[in-house]
Amino acid sequence: MNKHTLSVLVENKPGVLARVSGLFSRRSFNIDSLAVGETENPDVSRITIVVNADSSPLEQVTKQLNKLVNVLKIVELDPQQSVQRELLLVKVRADRAQRSQVLETVELFRAKVIDVAPDTLTIEATGNPDKLDALLRDLEPYGIKEMVQSGLVAIGRGSRSITTGPALRAA
Amino acid sequence: MTRPTPETLAHRANPATVAAANPAPAVASPVPTSGAGALVRSLEALGVEVVFGIPGGAILPAYDPLYDSKVRHILVRHEQGAGHAATGYAQATGRVGVCIATSGPGATNLVTPIADAYMDSVPMVAITGQVARPSIGTDAFQEADIQGITLPITKHNFLVQTPEELPRILAEAFHLAATGRPGPVLVDIPKDVLQLPTTFTWPPVLDLPGYRPTLHPHGKQIREAARLIAAAKRPVLYVGGGVLKAGATDGLRKLAELTGIPVVTTLMALGAFPDSHPQHLGMPGMHGTVPAVYALQKSDLLITLGARFDDRVTGKLDSFAPDAKVVHADIDPAEIGKNRHADVPIVGDARHVIDELIAAVTTSAGGIAQYESWWAALNELRERYPLGYDEPTDGTLAPQYVIERIGELVGPEAIYVAGVGQHQMWASQFIKYEQPGTWLNSGGAGTMGYAVPAAMGAKVGRPDTAVWAIDGDGCFQMTNQELATCALEGIPVKIAVINNGNLGMVRQWQTLFYDGRYSNTELGTHKHRIPDFVKLAEALGCIGLRCESKDDVDKIIKQAMEINDAPVVIDFTVGKDAMVWPMVAAGTSNDEIMFARDVRPSFEEDDL
Repeated sequence: MNKHTLSVLVENKPGVLARVSGLFSRRSFNIDSLAVGETENPDVSRITIVVNADSSPLEQVTKQLNKLVNVLKIVELDPQQSVQRELLLVKVRADRAQRSQVLETVELFRAKVIDVAPDTLTIEATGNPDKLDALLRDLEPYGIKEMVQSGLVAIGRGSRSITTGPALRAA
Repeated sequence: MTRPTPETLAHRANPATVAAANPAPAVASPVPTSGAGALVRSLEALGVEVVFGIPGGAILPAYDPLYDSKVRHILVRHEQGAGHAATGYAQATGRVGVCIATSGPGATNLVTPIADAYMDSVPMVAITGQVARPSIGTDAFQEADIQGITLPITKHNFLVQTPEELPRILAEAFHLAATGRPGPVLVDIPKDVLQLPTTFTWPPVLDLPGYRPTLHPHGKQIREAARLIAAAKRPVLYVGGGVLKAGATDGLRKLAELTGIPVVTTLMALGAFPDSHPQHLGMPGMHGTVPAVYALQKSDLLITLGARFDDRVTGKLDSFAPDAKVVHADIDPAEIGKNRHADVPIVGDARHVIDELIAAVTTSAGGIAQYESWWAALNELRERYPLGYDEPTDGTLAPQYVIERIGELVGPEAIYVAGVGQHQMWASQFIKYEQPGTWLNSGGAGTMGYAVPAAMGAKVGRPDTAVWAIDGDGCFQMTNQELATCALEGIPVKIAVINNGNLGMVRQWQTLFYDGRYSNTELGTHKHRIPDFVKLAEALGCIGLRCESKDDVDKIIKQAMEINDAPVVIDFTVGKDAMVWPMVAAGTSNDEIMFARDVRPSFEEDDL
C-alpha cells in the first residue's frame, strides 16, 4: 500500500468535513492525516487528506468523494511535484544539565523554542513527516512530556494553481 | 449557476407524466409569506401534485398553508408508509416522490425508506421538521440529528438555516433527486424557520457548483465499445435499472435487435426489455434463470448498461464471467470499476449511451445470424432449463401457481409491487413484464414491508392502472396499517398475500443450510390464523378474500379484479415447503447454480 496525498477543494459550508470524514469510515478507507483550512477564496475550503491505499481503492475514494455535492475538485499531489509540511509542537524535558544539548538539536533541525519552563522546553518545528520523525527520534532520549502534531498540508510546485477552474469560479 | 430544468420539475423517465408538471409561472416581485408559506409555494411551483406525510409539533407550521394548497396531502399511518409511498409513486411515474414527517421519531421513521430509495436510486425528497434553531443540539423534545443520521443514505441533505433560502434549497433538492443518478434528498427545516416571515420569489437560482453529472458519453469510449462488440463472439447486454430510469427502453430494444445480442435484465430492470422478446434470456443472479446466469458466465463481452455488478448478480466475484471483457456504462462514475474492472468505462446517461452505441454499431451489426453458435447454445439451455416449479405433493396450493395466474389474468398493463422474499422472487420469475414501470420492488435494500405502501404510492401516481401488490405474510404484517390510508383516501390497490405461514425465504435457507432447524421462522398465520388476514382487511376498511385451493384461484383473482371502489386483500393460503429455484447460494460462484435441490445443470463445454 502506498501513501497518497489528496487535495480536496470543498464548499466552505457547515457539515462538509463530516461528510468527507464520514465517507472514509463507512467505505472503510483509512485516513493517515487530515487538515482543513480556508483558501484564498473564502467560499472554498481545502482539505488535505493522506490515505494509505492501493491505486484501485484510491480511485474508488476519489470517485466517492467526487459524488459529494459539496466537493468541488480533487487533485492528487505527487510527492515529487509538491511541497508537503506538518507542524509539530513538542514539550521536552530539559533541565539545566540537558538544556544545551536539546538546544543544539533544535538548532540542527532549524526548529524553534517557543516556551521555556525551569525543567522543559517547548519546541516548534515544521517539515515533511520524515524530518519531524527524525527530530522526535533525537529528542526522545531527553524525555518527551507532550506533543501535538498537525495534519499534513501540501501544495504543488511551480506557478500552476489548482484553485482555479470553472467549478471554483462558480463557488 | 443553473435554474431548475424541466427535468427537475418532472423527471423524464415517463414522458407521459412530464406534461402533468407544468413549470410554474415566475413570481418576480417578492410576495410576503412565512417560511412555511414559502415551503408550500415552492412545492406548488415545483409541480408537486401529492405528498405523503404525518404532521407533528415541529412540522406543524407547514401544515397550515398546506391546508389551502392544491398539493394533495395523503395522511399515512406511519412515516415508513409515507416514505415507501413516495418511492412507489416515483417508480411508477418517473417523477419525484415527496414525503413529510415531523422531527425526532417522525424523521427517524423515514430512515428505512430513505435507505431503500438510496439503494435503488429513487428520486425522492423527504421534508422533515426540526426543533427550533436555538434548541438544536440541546436534546430538546423530539430532537434527532436527522441530517447526521441520513448522511450515508441520502444523495444529499440540507438543514435549512433561514426562511429566505427555502425556495432555493427545495429547487436544489428536487434537481439533485431527479437528475444524474437519482436518489433521495432530505430537507430538514427548523420550526422557527417555518414560522418566521419572509418573502417568496420564483424561480430561484440553484447554487450547486460541485454537482455536474455527465450525461453525454465520450465519443472515443463509444467507438472503443463498438469495436469490442464487433469482435465479440459471445456478447451479452447486461441491463440494469439505470436503463429504466433514463427512459432508454426503446433504444435498448433497437440496439438489441440491430445487433442480435442476447439480453438479461436484472431485478431492478424487469420491464426494460419485453419478457416475451426472443432475445430475452431472463434475469441473472441468485435466483436468475439458468440461461441468463450462464450467458454471463460464458460471455466474452458484457455490455453493461446502468447495472452495478451487485453481489446478488455476480455471485462470488472472482469467478464471475471469467472470460468476459467489460463495457460498463453508468451515469455514476463511482460504479464503474467498483466491483469489476471495466475494459471500456463509459460515463453517461443510458439513453444517450444507447443512442450513440446504436449509431456506432450500425455499420458492423449483423443481427442474430452473427452469433449463430452462441444462440444455439443459449437456446438449448432455455429448452433444457426453463423456469418452472413442482406441484406440492401434500395437496397444498403452490405459491408459484397463484403468482403466475395473477400475472396472466391481470395482464402486462398492470403494475406489480413485491415485498421481499420468496414471493418477490416468484413474482419476478412467473409474471411476465412487457413494459417499463410495471415492476416495483425493493432490490438493493431488500426492505420487508415495502409492498403495501409502495403500491399505495404507485396507485396514487397512476390511478387508472391496476396495481397489485404481491406480498408475503411476514412482509404484510410490517406495514399493512397503510391499508387504512388506502381505504379512506380512495386508493383501491389489490394486495395478494402469499401466505405460507412462515418467513419463507429464511425458512428456505434453514432447509438448505441449517439442517432444517426452523429457528423463529414460523409466524402462526396458518397454525393459529393470527392474524386472520380477512378479518384484518375488513377491520382496515378493505375487502378481505381467502383462497385455499387451486380450483378457486382464478375465480378469486377475477372477483378481486371486479372490485374498484375499495382496496382488496386476498389471503392466498399456500404451502410452506415451496422453494425458489434456480439458486446460486450466497458466496458461491455462479457456476454452482442449482436448477433445483441437488440438481446441477450439466454444461458440456463444447456447447458454449
